[in-house]
Amino acid sequence: MSEYITSVRTYLFIFLALMVLTVITVAVAFLHLGPLNDIAAMGIAITKACLVILYFMHVRHSSRLTKVVVVAGFLWLLFLIGFTMSDYLTRGLISMQSTIG
Amino acid sequence: MSDTVTTPARRRNYLNADYGIKSWLLTQDHKRIAILYLVSITFFFVLGGVMAALIRVELATPLGDMVEPDTYNRLFTAHGVLMVFLFLIPSIPAVLGNFLIPLMIGAKDLAFPKLNLGSWYVYNLGAVLMVVALLRGGTDTGWTFYTPYSSTFADSEVILTALGAFVVGFSSIMTGLNFIVTIHRMRAPGLTWFRLPLFVWAHYGTSLIQILGTPVVAIAILLVAAERLLHIGIFDPALGGDPVLFQHLFWFYSHPAVYIMILPSMGVISELITAFSRKRIFGYKFVAFSSLAIAVLGFLVWGHHLFVSSQSIYAGLIFSVLSMLVAVPSAVKTFNWTATLYQGSISWQTPMIYALGFIGLFVIGGLTGTMLATLGIDMHVHDTYFVVAHFHYIMVGGAIMAYLGGLHFWWPKITGRMYSVFWSRISAGLIFFGFNLTFFPQFLLGYMGMPRRYHAYPEEFQILNVLSSAGATILGVGYLLPLIYFTWSMRYGERASDNPWGAYGLEWETSSPPPTFNFDEPPVVTTEAYDYLAMRDKRVA
Repeated sequence: MSEYITSVRTYLFIFLALMVLTVITVAVAFLHLGPLNDIAAMGIAITKACLVILYFMHVRHSSRLTKVVVVAGFLWLLFLIGFTMSDYLTRGLISMQSTIG
Repeated sequence: MSDTVTTPARRRNYLNADYGIKSWLLTQDHKRIAILYLVSITFFFVLGGVMAALIRVELATPLGDMVEPDTYNRLFTAHGVLMVFLFLIPSIPAVLGNFLIPLMIGAKDLAFPKLNLGSWYVYNLGAVLMVVALLRGGTDTGWTFYTPYSSTFADSEVILTALGAFVVGFSSIMTGLNFIVTIHRMRAPGLTWFRLPLFVWAHYGTSLIQILGTPVVAIAILLVAAERLLHIGIFDPALGGDPVLFQHLFWFYSHPAVYIMILPSMGVISELITAFSRKRIFGYKFVAFSSLAIAVLGFLVWGHHLFVSSQSIYAGLIFSVLSMLVAVPSAVKTFNWTATLYQGSISWQTPMIYALGFIGLFVIGGLTGTMLATLGIDMHVHDTYFVVAHFHYIMVGGAIMAYLGGLHFWWPKITGRMYSVFWSRISAGLIFFGFNLTFFPQFLLGYMGMPRRYHAYPEEFQILNVLSSAGATILGVGYLLPLIYFTWSMRYGERASDNPWGAYGLEWETSSPPPTFNFDEPPVVTTEAYDYLAMRDKRVA
C-alpha cells in the first residue's frame, strides 16, 4: 500500500482551522442563544474532531477498510449513547403514579 | 479412530522443536501459546468448579447450614468471576482459535506473535489480581458488580477483583485484534473469504465484539473505582449519580460477552457437523453472515437485563424487540446444522456426540432466552433460578459442550495422540445427562419463584434442589474424566495420523502435531470449503 504524504501546508491550514474554531467556540459561549448554545458548541467540536481524524490521523487518504473501522467505532459509540438515552429520555413519559395506580 | 500410526515417531514438530521452561514461557509460536492458555484456563475452570460444588452442597438442604450468608455471597461471586472472565471468555478463542486460525488459513503464525504471548501474560496478571482478592476474602457483589452496592456499601475486595477483570479484558482485546489482522492479511493464496472455514468466520465476529465491547466495561470498572476511591458522583444518587447507568455500561459489554462465548462455539459446531456428516455445510453464506449478524445485533439488546431496574418502559420495549431479533441468526445456524445432517454420512465419534448435544441444549437455552426477552415473563422470573438455568444452558450446555467437542476433535492435531474412545463416549454421555439433571430442575424452581443468590430456601423446593445437586455431581465426574484421559493420552495414547477423522480443512493437511511454522510447503487453496464430495472422489480415484 503506497503511503500518501500530506503536505506541511495542509497541516498548517488544518491547525489554523482548529485554532479559529476554538476561538469561535469561546466567542459563542458569550452569546445567549438558549438551546442553540449547546448545538453550536457540539457542532464545532464535531467539526474539529473530524478534521483531526481525517487529516492528522490520515484517515482521509487511508484504505476503505480503515475508513470502515473508523466509522464502525463511531457507530458503536452511537449505539452506546443512543440506546442508553432511549432509557433516560423516556423515563418521565409514564409517571410512577399512573403505573402503580 | 480408524487409521493411526502412519507418521514417523520422531518427526520434528512444535512440541519437540525445543525443550525447557524458557522455551515455553518465551515462545512466540501460536500453538505453544494456545497450550499455555489451555493450562491456565483449565486451572481456573477447576477452581470455579470447586466454588460451584460448594454452592450445590449448601443448596442440598433448605437450611443455610454449611456457610454463612456472607460467605455464600462470596462463593457465587467467585464462581461467576472465575468462570466468566478467566475461563469462558478465553476458552475457545484463546485455546482453539489461537491454535487453529493460522493452520486453517494456511499461515505460519498469527500476525503479531509477541502480542499473542503478551496477551497470555496480561491474562495471568489479571488472574493473579483476582486470586489475591479471593485469598483476601473475596468479593460479595456478584460477578456483575452492580452499583450502588459495589461502589458504596460492599465491604469486600471489590476493587482488586474488578481491577483483575479490567486487566484480563486487555488480553481479550489483544487476542481479538490479532485475529482480525491475521484473517485479513495472512490467508493462503486462493483462500477467499467465502472459502474460509466457518470456525474462522465465527472468530472474526467474536473478535469484533472483543474489540468494540471490552473497552466499555473497562471504563465502567474504572468509574466504579473512581467513585469508591475519590467519591466522584457517577452512580451514587447522593452524589448526583445514577446507579442504573452502571448497568447500562456493564451490560453494553457483558451481554455481547455472552456472544464472545457462544459464537466461537458455533464455529466449532459447524466444523464438527460437516466433518462427521461428510457433507458441505448447508447454506455456507447464511451461516457465515449469521455470525456477523449475531455480533452486531448482540450489541443492541443489553437493556433486557434492566427490565425491572427502573429502566423506562419504552426502552424496555425497544430492547425486548431487538432481543427477539437475535433469535433469527441463531435459528439460521441451528436449522442449517440440522439440514447438513440430512442425508449425511453420520458417524458417532465423540466430538459429534458433543456437537449433537450442543444443538439440543442450545435450542433450550435459546428459546428460554426469547421467553426472558418477553417483558411480561421477565417481570415474573427476573432474578430467579429460571434465569440461572437459562444462561447455564447457553454457557455450559452451549459453550462448554462445544469447547469439549472441539478439544476432542482437534486433540490428535494438538498432541499427535489419540485418547480412549470408550471413556470419551462415557464422559460425553455423563456430561449431557449430568448437565440436564443439574439445570433443568432450576427452570422449574425459578418458575415456582425461587430467587437466585440465597443460601437458604423454603422446604418445598428441596426435591428439585437435591436433583440439581445430584446432577452437578455427575457433571463433575463427566468433567473429571477428560482431564484424566487427555493427560494419560499425552504419554500413552496411540499416535494419531495427520487426519484421523478424514476431515476437510488445511489444518488436517499438515502433520500431527504440526511443525513450528505449520506447513512444510506454503499451501495454495483451489477448492471450496468443506468440499467432501471432491475429497471422496479423490480418494476413490
